[in-house]
Amino acid sequence: MEMKEILFYAIAAFTLFSAGIVAFAKKIIYSAFALLFTFLGFAGLYVYLGADFLAVTQIIIYVGGILVLILFGVLMTQKIYDTKAIIAHNSLWFSVGGGLFVALIITALLVKNVWLAGVPKAFAPTTEAIGKAILSHYLIPFEIVSFLLLGALIGAVYLARAEDKEK
Amino acid sequence: MNTLMPYLIIGATVFTLGIFTIIYKKNAVGILMGVELVLNSVNINFIAFAKFVDKGINGQVVAIFVIILAAAETAIALAIILNIYRTKATVDVTELNEMKH
Repeated sequence: MEMKEILFYAIAAFTLFSAGIVAFAKKIIYSAFALLFTFLGFAGLYVYLGADFLAVTQIIIYVGGILVLILFGVLMTQKIYDTKAIIAHNSLWFSVGGGLFVALIITALLVKNVWLAGVPKAFAPTTEAIGKAILSHYLIPFEIVSFLLLGALIGAVYLARAEDKEK
Repeated sequence: MNTLMPYLIIGATVFTLGIFTIIYKKNAVGILMGVELVLNSVNINFIAFAKFVDKGINGQVVAIFVIILAAAETAIALAIILNIYRTKATVDVTELNEMKH
C-alpha cells in the first residue's frame, strides 16, 4: 500500500471516530471539541478530492467561525453545577433505531444505484475556476446568498441583543 | 482512494451519525452540532461527485453555497438559543413546548 493511501484511510478513520464522539459523548462540551476534529478531518478529505480552495474555506469558516460560535453557545447556556441537565439525553434505543432506519435507506441507495463511470481528473488549482464560475454561471445565486447573509447578520444582532429595561 | 465509493461511504456514515445526534441530544446546541454533521456529509458527497462524475467543478460551487448557508444558519440558531436561555433558563428542547413566555 502506498503512503498516500495509508494516510487517506487514517484521515477517514479519524473523521469517523471523532464524528462518533460527537454523537455519543455524554457531555456537550466534549461533543463540541470532537466536532473540531471532525471538521479538520473533512478538510483533509477535501484535499484528497482535489478541492484545495474548499479545504481552506472549510478550516476558515467551520473551525474559525461556526465552531467558535458553537463553543460560545455551549459555554453561555450551560449550568455548570447542574450535572443532571448536562448529561440528559433522549432514549438511546429510540435514537439508534432512527439512525439505523436512515442507514438502511442510504445503504439501499448505495448498493442498488448504478454509479456513472468516472471522469479522470488531474489535481489542479481550483480557485480561479471557482471564481469564474461564481461570477458568471452562478451570479444570481451568489447575489441572493450575499443578500441572505446581510439579512442573517441583522437578524442575529436583533435577536441576540439585550432587551431594553422596561421604563 | 481513487474511486467514488469510499467517499460516499464516509458521507453516509457521518450523515447517519448526524441524524442520530439530532434525535439523541436534548440540548439545543447538541442538535445544532448534528445539523452541522449532516451538512458536512452532504458537502463531501457534492465534492466527490464533482471530482469523479462531473466534468466541471459545479459540485464545489454548490458546496461553497452550502457552507455559506451553514454559517448563516448557525448564527441565527445560536441567537435564538441564547434568547430562549435568557427567558426560560434552559436549552432542553423537550421542555420548550410553548411559544409564549
